[in-house]
Amino acid sequence: MNNHFPWFILGAPLVSAFIILLFTRRAHKLSASISVGAVFFAFLASVFTFVGPDSHDTLSWLDLGPAFQVSIGVTVDDLSKLMLLVVTGVGLLVHIYSTVYMSGDDSEGRFFGCLSLFMFSMLGIVLADNFVMMFIFWELVGVSSYLLIGHWFTRDSAAEAAKKAFLTNRIGDFGFMLGILMLWSAVGSVGFEELREKVPIAALTPTFLTIATLAIFCGAVGKSAQVPLHVWLPDAMEGPTPVSALIHAATMVAAGVYMLARVAFLVELSPTARTVIAVVGVMTSLLAALMATQQDDIKRILAYSTLSQLGYMVMAVGVGAPSTAMFHLFTHAFFKALLFLGAGAVIHALHHEQDIWKMGGLSSRMKWTFRTFAVGTLALTGCPFLAGFFSKDALLIATFQKSLPIFALALFTAFLTAFYMTRLVVVAFLGKPRTHEAEHGHDGPAAMTMPLVILAVLSIIAGYGFIAGPALGPDFSEMIEEIEHRGGATLVMTLATLAFLGGTAGGWLLYKGAAKDPILIPVFRNKFYFDELYAALIAGTHDVLAAVSAWFDKWILDGVIVRGLSGATWGAGFVLRFLQWGNLQGYAFLFGAGVVGFIYLLVFKQ
Amino acid sequence: MLLNLLIFIPLLGALAILIGAPARRTALGAGAATFLLSVFALLSYDKVAGGFQFKSASPIAPEWGLNFFVGADGLSLVMLFLTGIVTLTAVWVTPRIEKRENLFYACILFIAAGAAGAFASLDLFFLYAFHELALIPTFLLLGLWGSGERQTAAWKITIYLGLGSFILLIGLIDLYFSIPEALRTFDLTKLQQLGADKVIPAAAQSRPYLFLLIGFGILISLFPFHSWAPQAYASAPTPAAMLHAGVLKKFGLYGLIRVALPLLPEGAKEWAWLLLILLVGNILYVGFVTIGQKRLDLMLGYSSVMHMGYIFLGVGAMNLVGVSGASLLMLAHGLSIAALFAMAGVLREKRPTLMLDSFGGVGKSMPWLAAAFGCATFASIGLPGFANFASEVLVFFGAFKTGAGEAQTWHFQLATICALWGVVISAVYMLRAYRAIFMGEPAKDTAGWADVVKPARWPVVMLLAVLLIAGFAPNIFLSYLQPSIQALLVK
Repeated sequence: MNNHFPWFILGAPLVSAFIILLFTRRAHKLSASISVGAVFFAFLASVFTFVGPDSHDTLSWLDLGPAFQVSIGVTVDDLSKLMLLVVTGVGLLVHIYSTVYMSGDDSEGRFFGCLSLFMFSMLGIVLADNFVMMFIFWELVGVSSYLLIGHWFTRDSAAEAAKKAFLTNRIGDFGFMLGILMLWSAVGSVGFEELREKVPIAALTPTFLTIATLAIFCGAVGKSAQVPLHVWLPDAMEGPTPVSALIHAATMVAAGVYMLARVAFLVELSPTARTVIAVVGVMTSLLAALMATQQDDIKRILAYSTLSQLGYMVMAVGVGAPSTAMFHLFTHAFFKALLFLGAGAVIHALHHEQDIWKMGGLSSRMKWTFRTFAVGTLALTGCPFLAGFFSKDALLIATFQKSLPIFALALFTAFLTAFYMTRLVVVAFLGKPRTHEAEHGHDGPAAMTMPLVILAVLSIIAGYGFIAGPALGPDFSEMIEEIEHRGGATLVMTLATLAFLGGTAGGWLLYKGAAKDPILIPVFRNKFYFDELYAALIAGTHDVLAAVSAWFDKWILDGVIVRGLSGATWGAGFVLRFLQWGNLQGYAFLFGAGVVGFIYLLVFKQ
Repeated sequence: MLLNLLIFIPLLGALAILIGAPARRTALGAGAATFLLSVFALLSYDKVAGGFQFKSASPIAPEWGLNFFVGADGLSLVMLFLTGIVTLTAVWVTPRIEKRENLFYACILFIAAGAAGAFASLDLFFLYAFHELALIPTFLLLGLWGSGERQTAAWKITIYLGLGSFILLIGLIDLYFSIPEALRTFDLTKLQQLGADKVIPAAAQSRPYLFLLIGFGILISLFPFHSWAPQAYASAPTPAAMLHAGVLKKFGLYGLIRVALPLLPEGAKEWAWLLLILLVGNILYVGFVTIGQKRLDLMLGYSSVMHMGYIFLGVGAMNLVGVSGASLLMLAHGLSIAALFAMAGVLREKRPTLMLDSFGGVGKSMPWLAAAFGCATFASIGLPGFANFASEVLVFFGAFKTGAGEAQTWHFQLATICALWGVVISAVYMLRAYRAIFMGEPAKDTAGWADVVKPARWPVVMLLAVLLIAGFAPNIFLSYLQPSIQALLVK
């Protein structure tokens, strides 16, 4: 069925981005209004689309006849409907919040223009009906992320972080594109629907399928910041906090998981690839949780927590339960956006202080921020009856049924999550204020608090069937049935609850009243030395290669060979004349020779 | 008539300037006329009828079969459009010329006329001769108005391109004689038909193709014959760099597509292994060299060499997808490198050495330049939304499932993988440079630099606008390119 309506969802933010970046970026308030208006429109349109029927509509983008065609299409199905709501819903709240958070910034207009560009790109990923279109928008979210991380581009750290994010993603996209090419060369299509039909019946060897699937998975490793390409996400916290909430927590980083869910039919076909995906996921979630326990920057703790939760989702895809991954993506979007916006409120109130050890005692001074932050924390750590509890349990159960070792690691991660989040809340919000700024903390205005409250409500209720059921569509009931059918659910729930209680108690006991960190584990604090390792690796390979080739090109290829050859063969006197401004004559000689040759040829022909 | 105008307006403009017409104004007028005519030609081309249109032939030496024969199909028209827009913008961004302004602008118009002539010629002799006509003023511009080590750069480009043209000439002659005697002609439309009829036996295609590959290759800065290019672009005055890297260098690629592909497809298949090795050299080796550069102008020069590798890959694939991608990339690369050189020219006026680490935070004082340079940067590293992405996608898809023969598929796929890694490499050097120049703490003096004034922004805006239009709707240009390339490919 052709339904042109979804184009408006895609069009509104694009138009907004163009208008703002080309014309109104100096009019800050106007730009903010345009941007908020566009996302509000997209949100309303998404709601209408959500209650409407499934549809599919395409436009030709690149057309070489039967040889090759790429279309830009919009697919509305259960998967994209859910994601549309998440992206535009959280997007709207973050936009509203940003009008306060960014107010007074020198480049507020540019900020909102880039935010609109991001919304456009992200919605393109959601609606994409083929791999090339997804890749297009995949790159575009990458560039919007680059622009927003580098919003304060005169800060060296922000400039480096932006570059690092883009380049790390490019490495992942190298594999992504290769995977797309492999599938296309084998099956002759890039459309998801056609691939779904053709790949299973095409006679592809298991090795080929595994390599192609893993190559495509590389794209998700980059975008969803999985080990070993996770290093960009913590640094991306250099961007303004609303950006961290929207892009680097709720939506863009989840795109990798969304893409995997989109091509679940492919993942299913290769057991080897599935194992690799599950292991990468659980390793990411574990390593990130370990790193989070020793960070002091409030945003970085949350960033590692995001990594860890994304690892969960990827793991869920790997154990063959993409619907639980989408369930967790859905709830995570709310409570993680909430936590980031809460952190933003704290940072805003404390004049850009991000060190949790320079906070303290905020619970009584920033009541609404604290309450909502606490709800977000409980939802994230898996407190029973909140959203995160249900979605985390769903994917833990799926893992339990598939692989015990992976489940054990995931359970340990759940314990760590409760531990580091309790540490964060206890140190930052409870006890006595440790600095002058913390003493004068206060809640933000309504435009800041209101999104927090809405997100807090969603963090509580989003896991229940009356919300998640319609949101996830038929997948949800299937998932519930699957879980009940297979068994082990009660055991897993009990274990997960124990992990939550244990972690919370541990964090509480260790950090209650602490003025500095009682434990010091350098290897966690230094993020397992990934950055140092990569810096050494790049310096040892790419940079050396670059320096050597540049030297070789200048002194050997150009210097010795070219000059040497010309010296040897052309004869010294002739070359000398050539070198001087007489080269015009030399050239004229060649040209003349050419013409003579032609004329000779013509005469010869007669 | 239309095409004759396209060639003779810049030519007459150049002559008028030499005999005393006001240099800049005449050049701007001629540039604008060339651009408008090229757009008009695109619009009035009958896509339904296809084939070569606007044909006009005047016999020069009928007894030798030599005609001044012009005409254009979709491919030529796109190249003429590139010529028109880069000529106009190159003249526009030219700063004040202190010495012999007349000769300077005349040289620029000569290049434009030569390029237009080469792309519009349907006679092999004139195709070759017009390119030569464009080369001489390029050498003059570099030698007389260049900066830095202009003498060395000038002699090097002269020797290299002279040698390249010479080898090319040998190849063309060889090609000519490999055609059965009764059928020999310089007429490109007839030659194309001869190609379709497969009149040249496979065994006879090998040698002329190799000559053409090396000859054209040197003109296109094919690895390892590339070392003239970066230094020449770094030393050349801005408009000369824009015109050569943007337009004139595309002549070699155009020649490969126009002459070698239809007539010598078997030769191309035979030498595909060599081309693949060399183009991977362009992408990986030159890519690493580019990362190692410390000056903006040299870096851009090397990056332009590197990107030729992608175009070679598309041409080498010898299928509709790959060659269409290569042709579109010729346009996209021409526009983006012209924009980058134009803006590097702006920066050169502020800081003549262009050392990357001597800048810093320029985005603060020159926000427009930062935004426009950012767009051109992202265009050149193949970000979707710009024409470069659409073309590179086509090149990758075309090369991954090549038409060069099943046995070689594997080689092409390996080269494509290298090219995909090249996309990472180009992001590394471009973003490093962008970060060093525009981001970070402003350096002591950069804080006070004045941004580009509004009227001077138009040339870059024009180039970027076309890149965006062709990126959002590549079909606009592909609808011209596809039928022409279909006709050039031997079934």
